[in-house]
Amino acid sequence: MKEIEVELLKLIEKNANLEVEKIAKLMDKSIDEIRELIDKLEKKKVILGYSTLIDWAKVLDEEEVTAMVDVKVTPARDVGFDKVAERIYRFPEVKAVYLMSGTYDLSVSVKGKTMMEIGHFISEKLSALDSVLSTTTHFVLKKYKHDGIILQDADEGDKRIVVSP
Amino acid sequence: MSQVSYISKQVADLKPSGIRRFFDLAAQMEDVISLGVGEPDFVTPWNVIEQSFHSLEQGYTSYTENAGMMELRKEISKYLIGNYHLTYDPSDQLIVSVGASQAIDLALRAVIDPGDEVIIVEPSFVAYVPTVRLAGGIPVTIQTEAEDEFKLKPEQIEEAITPKTKAIILCNPNNPTGTLLLQEELEQLATVIKKHDLLVLSDEIYAELTYDDAYTSFPSIPNMKERTILISGFSKAFAMTGWRLGYAAGPTEIIAAMVKIHQYTMMCAPTMAQHAALEAMKNGRQSVQSMFESYKQRRNFIVSSLNEIGLQCPNPGGAFYAFPSIKATGLTSAEFAEQLLQEEQVAVVPGSVFGANGEGYIRCSYATSLKQLDEALNRMKRFVQKRM
Ligand SMILES: Cc1ncc(COP(=O)(O)O)c(C=O)c1O
Repeated sequence: MKEIEVELLKLIEKNANLEVEKIAKLMDKSIDEIRELIDKLEKKKVILGYSTLIDWAKVLDEEEVTAMVDVKVTPARDVGFDKVAERIYRFPEVKAVYLMSGTYDLSVSVKGKTMMEIGHFISEKLSALDSVLSTTTHFVLKKYKHDGIILQDADEGDKRIVVSP
Repeated sequence: MSQVSYISKQVADLKPSGIRRFFDLAAQMEDVISLGVGEPDFVTPWNVIEQSFHSLEQGYTSYTENAGMMELRKEISKYLIGNYHLTYDPSDQLIVSVGASQAIDLALRAVIDPGDEVIIVEPSFVAYVPTVRLAGGIPVTIQTEAEDEFKLKPEQIEEAITPKTKAIILCNPNNPTGTLLLQEELEQLATVIKKHDLLVLSDEIYAELTYDDAYTSFPSIPNMKERTILISGFSKAFAMTGWRLGYAAGPTEIIAAMVKIHQYTMMCAPTMAQHAALEAMKNGRQSVQSMFESYKQRRNFIVSSLNEIGLQCPNPGGAFYAFPSIKATGLTSAEFAEQLLQEEQVAVVPGSVFGANGEGYIRCSYATSLKQLDEALNRMKRFVQKRM
């Protein structure tokens, strides 16, 4: 990957809605060059989407619950864990799936509106899959940091004096 | 009887820093976006802060050696070899100081006798002239020109030299102009410096922040190491201004003289800050690099935006300052800065603060978030459009 691609990706990873004009200025390139580069990275599926990180806990009537589920499975012949992982990650309730080393095989993150809803999904859908041997569910009580971003009310204001040498 | 009569003449004659005056003005206002700060907007990297906590927990709360913790001096020495191929003996050619500021003061007091002249290149960092005076020396200023990108020329040194000239202070990259002197330019200066047997204080605190060209440390130029006091510190590259930690490297005799003053006036730099600096040297590279990348992008952004607005601004090679001309507005730099502050709540520093030839320019620090920078430039555009 070229250096300027990495620079561009770092910029928009932190701020997906940065205007093309600004990116061009920051990187000292023309607007067309940046447009082309973004296009190319989208086509190559390096850029997979643009999302916004929202602290839903602050939006009262949009409360939601997250659970991390440790799943033990029997791997299928030839395709190993991939087939069962796919069965699981296709569910819209499932937000992330990782293959893990250690005492269980898949780590599955599930989101729902209530604990009941998640419990329902796990007992009715997830555990019911043929190759799933067992599940252990951990509900998330509080989020401190997500994807490198600290979620708290810390005052991020400029603490410097206004003029200095 | 007025207490003023007690004040030493030396101090009474010092002009208060123009920066201070402007700070007082800006401090009375609310919601100011500041491009007036000469320090990083980043908080010190967390591993460095954490290491300082750890050192306190372990009970490192007493004095260190006068010249600084040996372990830290060794690490600084390794850093100077690694980055600039400069070999200094950590046992007697390095001193850890309370900021680069104290290193400058120590160096000047260690070498100046009353009446010695010291050449200062303007526009210049605000502390050089006063510290030379306080050391009993006579500051002799050289005015670099915008047409030369504020680069010092060897002829200018020749013109300033008298039989009393003892030293010259170089600041590379420069605060306030951001000007970076390249190897061949430094070599030309070195020829004159050697010819007149001058001592050099080379303030290289912004050395890590150079964007387009390779950095040359002045003492790495042949025959210069034995006549140069290299001054640097942790404030800028490591975002550690509040920790007050810097250092100087130089010939054994001069460093010994500096340590002598230091041991009676300061004893040693703060211990927890020295532990933090040690961590910064050992494991701070990645943080420096990522801050560097942000500064470089913001430099590109501010320079092209200032030029679009009509404030002519060359591309500064280093530090985190842009130094655009405001002559097209017909205002003096102090008028420009004051009116901009009053009307648009944007703080910049009038160029005149940095020397007579800074008139007609303002210093804009781009060590501030992109969002703030963007808003400040929108406001400046509105301000400038009314006047041009
Ligand atoms: C050129 C120059 N030298 C030295 C210093 C002082 O740095 P320190 O915080 O290490 O005392 C500054 C700070 O603004 C500076 O711009």
